[in-house]
Amino acid sequence: MTTPATPATAPPVPVAGQRRRKARRRPGLRLYTWLVMAWLLLPIAVMILFGFNDIKGKVNFTWQGFTLTWYEHLFAIPNLTDALVNSLTIALVVAVAATLLGTPIGLALGRYRFRGRGSVDLLLFAAIAAPEIALGAALLSLFIVLGVPRGYGTVVVAHVAFCVPYVAITVRARMAGYDPTLEEAARDLGAGPWTAFRLVTLPMLLPGVASGALLCFALSVDDYVITSFNAGRTVTFPLWVYSASRTGVPPQVNVMGTLIFLGGLLIAGANVLLARHRAV
Amino acid sequence: MKDPDRPEGPQGSEGPRGVRGVKEAKGAGAPGRRRRPVAALAPYLMVLPGWLWLAAFFITPVLVMLSLSLQTGDFIDGFRQTFHFRTYADAVGTYHVQLLRSLLYGAAATVCCLLIGYPVAYWIAFRAGRHKSVFLFLLLLPFFVSFVIRTQSWNVVLADNGVVLGPLKHLGLLPDDFHVLATAYAVIGGLTYNFLPFMVLPVYVALERVDPKLIEAATDLYAGRLAAFVRVVLPLSLPGVFAGVLLTFVPASADYVNAGILGGPSTTMIGNIIQTEYFTNLDYPGAAALSFALMGTLLIAVFVYARALGTEDVLEVTAR
Repeated sequence: MTTPATPATAPPVPVAGQRRRKARRRPGLRLYTWLVMAWLLLPIAVMILFGFNDIKGKVNFTWQGFTLTWYEHLFAIPNLTDALVNSLTIALVVAVAATLLGTPIGLALGRYRFRGRGSVDLLLFAAIAAPEIALGAALLSLFIVLGVPRGYGTVVVAHVAFCVPYVAITVRARMAGYDPTLEEAARDLGAGPWTAFRLVTLPMLLPGVASGALLCFALSVDDYVITSFNAGRTVTFPLWVYSASRTGVPPQVNVMGTLIFLGGLLIAGANVLLARHRAV
Repeated sequence: MKDPDRPEGPQGSEGPRGVRGVKEAKGAGAPGRRRRPVAALAPYLMVLPGWLWLAAFFITPVLVMLSLSLQTGDFIDGFRQTFHFRTYADAVGTYHVQLLRSLLYGAAATVCCLLIGYPVAYWIAFRAGRHKSVFLFLLLLPFFVSFVIRTQSWNVVLADNGVVLGPLKHLGLLPDDFHVLATAYAVIGGLTYNFLPFMVLPVYVALERVDPKLIEAATDLYAGRLAAFVRVVLPLSLPGVFAGVLLTFVPASADYVNAGILGGPSTTMIGNIIQTEYFTNLDYPGAAALSFALMGTLLIAVFVYARALGTEDVLEVTAR
């Protein structure tokens, strides 16, 4: 449409020109993508590298030499260790609770049409779309008005609240490929409703449930904003790091970050392998 | 992953099967095959526990915050419900600079994410070939490191005499008092960095769905590569762009970790103010009013987007 003059004569020309241009353009965009990836990964490299930094004082900003001492003295800062333990135990409780609450919602949304389905959808959407700070501030307001002291318990309650929608949506996405005739076939072959569910639907659902639970764990361990509003005197790992960032973050934080990173990679890798195994 | 776009697809249009599905609910129990009223309750029973939790710890808190924002009093003597709407005007009036700055930083970061991220999503969707999953994995890798630590890492990289600025200053390429930290650039850069995957992934999902045959057809009809992109690929990727804008703009505007770690006194965002109001000034009504003003502004924007897109689409993209 832009080149009304060419149609009669041009056929080979645009094709050839296009191929040449494509070949020329490809390395540029590839290089660009790699640069962006490098930019994304730079802070991770810095975190890992500065965990090996042989610093003398508190300031971990310049490279001083290689050491493994921070791996040896990983738990040398008691309240940092406490913060990490808090984060991990909270995340565990939250992952279990949110999965138990969220999975049935995802299942119901993926499987049934019922009155009010739309409003449940909307609630999940609103809970995910609402900025974290609003959720944190709202929960804090509730706890203030009710006179509930903030601490470990309120953090768990808050984390479960923001994790449930993620589990529900992950499970529902898994239900997208669900074929109800499979369960019907099981019923026709004499299985009771519960047996049919257990032997047909549940195995199909499990990867979704597992990724939902892992997602909750990750979201909970990482959360700063909502936690900072509802933690009271309880300190979690992100809270500790944030408050230390003003004065200088000790290398132990880098080491812990590195270990969490590797642990996460291992779990994700295992999850992918398992999914592949199941698919085969 | 590609085909079943809509979860209600298989059941959606078929009434009878839906009804039978209800009968087979685990809540109905084995002998309940003929007890329809009970079986019809199954989805409600499944939704109920989680719904109650969200009602108690999402809906109620928002309503309580609304009520708190309309109370007056102080921390010592307590607060009373007075429907004092002036609080909103006062809070927004006092902190309109930070509120506008938050929206501005959020918008700037969103634009940066789009400009930086779109070509990346495009390359991964159309050119990465077998390595697609490798790049998607690299894109998700930052999420394996705590958000606060990633931001703190930039603090190390960009430090006034750190690995980047130190040598440059030493060589005399930069003046001694040059700094990146505590400027708007550092905060917007940090926001862009932290939210880039939220832009790239939905755009990628949209681009991935574009049938290459359409581009072929366009070039067969004598569209140049640019015309094929502008007229075919770009319009088809717009839902992804909208979702990406949403997923970036809302959290970036409301974020205060980047401003807290990378920023300075001149880059305070509304999130920092809300936290100070709650914890330092103990001005609960003012803080609640500010939170509400922020949430209201952002949620209106979100729902305008959601209306245009349909919430299902947005949720689908979010879930991936």
